[in-house]
Amino acid sequence: MEGAFILEKLILVVIVFTISLVIAMYSTLAERKIAGFMQDRHGPNRAGFGGILQPLCDGGKFFFKEEIIPAGAHKPLFVLGPTLAIITACISSAVIPWGQTLTIGGREVVLQVADINVGVLYIFGVVALGVYGIMLGGWASNNKFSLMGAVRAASQSISYEIPMGLSIIALLMVTGTLSMGEIVAQQSGFVNWNIWAQPIGFLIFMVCAFAECNRVPFDLPECETELIGGYHTEYSSMKLGLYMFSEYINMFVSSALMAALYFGGYNFPFMYELGLSENWITIIGVLVFFLKIFGFIFFFMWVRWTLPRFRYDQLMGLGWKILIPLAIANIVLTAAVIIVKDTYF
Amino acid sequence: MNFWERMYLPAIAKGLGITIRHFFKKIPTVKYPEEQRPYSKNFRGLHSLKRDEEGRERCTACGLCALSCPAEAITMIAAERTKEEMHLYREEKYAAVYEINMLRCIFCGLCEEACPKEAIYLDGPHVTADYLRKDFIYGKDKLVEPVFDITKLNPEKTN
Repeated sequence: MEGAFILEKLILVVIVFTISLVIAMYSTLAERKIAGFMQDRHGPNRAGFGGILQPLCDGGKFFFKEEIIPAGAHKPLFVLGPTLAIITACISSAVIPWGQTLTIGGREVVLQVADINVGVLYIFGVVALGVYGIMLGGWASNNKFSLMGAVRAASQSISYEIPMGLSIIALLMVTGTLSMGEIVAQQSGFVNWNIWAQPIGFLIFMVCAFAECNRVPFDLPECETELIGGYHTEYSSMKLGLYMFSEYINMFVSSALMAALYFGGYNFPFMYELGLSENWITIIGVLVFFLKIFGFIFFFMWVRWTLPRFRYDQLMGLGWKILIPLAIANIVLTAAVIIVKDTYF
Repeated sequence: MNFWERMYLPAIAKGLGITIRHFFKKIPTVKYPEEQRPYSKNFRGLHSLKRDEEGRERCTACGLCALSCPAEAITMIAAERTKEEMHLYREEKYAAVYEINMLRCIFCGLCEEACPKEAIYLDGPHVTADYLRKDFIYGKDKLVEPVFDITKLNPEKTN
């Protein structure tokens, strides 16, 4: 590997990392603002113009709060919990293709940190790892409510990973590849978006993404009214901040994933017909991709302020009795359609 | 429930429709310190002790306001006006001390009605918050309205 390649990837990693952190930061503000608007009030509007500095104030508050580690807690694991949560949240953005290639001074720069040929599997692996952060944190707190929250989170994540994976299998049958870069590249234009081929798959994937992110209506691991705070009851100061950050980064990454897998990623309608140069197409593509991501993040928040929380048995019932059979039926249906298409058309 | 209802998706879409409608609704909240709602015309706020046209205090310390006060919030000590104080007080008798306990006052406006000299009006703003009980006993320093001196308004024009 040449030095320029490493430098290029390093810059890209730093940019992606910064962007995901900034978006996670401002998601907290957006969440409160949207909550406000949906409840006919202004959200936070005291810090800066329209509350634009609120996330900085929150961050500053987190850093200055007292760091409490409970006496009965398992100290190394207690610290490891939030660390693992934030690391797994951050590294899952590595395989997402943010755009096509930029040509800078005769050098082609691919706007994707790593186009590995098992990109989808990588994301699933990392997302599955995310449960460890929650589980360790909940167990190490030595608090029954934390443990309850952690157990709920773990069983919920595991239950919903199955339909998520099954919905992806149907998608992979359509695309024929596991590489994220190729999946997105196939969806050029508008009619080639995977949402048109896989509407049921997308629905299942989205419901599972909500569950994986512990968002309403699947926020049982941290339901305030039942479990005080859930798995992070005993956490304070920046460790709590890291948990919340990882949650918002997860939301960002799963929004990016939904946009990339089903909504064409950086592809936008008429991208080649407008007569733009390659670099401009890439730049507009990146912006379009982020627009789609923000749309999904908005949708996450919109749902949060609309739906009530599931009861736990309803949650499990939905996962095992409805989504998994539906996902399997979707696979069979997709397979049948592909066979019919291949043999008769 | 039929099949559609059991799918919940139409119901969820309906719910989302309701929340998004509220998202674009006009927000009724008033951003208080920057924007203030206008008071009603007959709003009764903080008391002020009035002066007459020559800037002399109108109050003659008759005690009718204190007598009429249902909350017993007003106390006063009367004093006799001397020759040198002719320009300060309109009547021969005046209130040397005039205190209203804002924690007791119920802003009913009976003092205003009882006053024969038109010396007290509840035309001020809200009583502000404070830390100590003693700070809610407003003396003449807070109650008497400032002297209105037309010459000080625009000194260049009057000269």
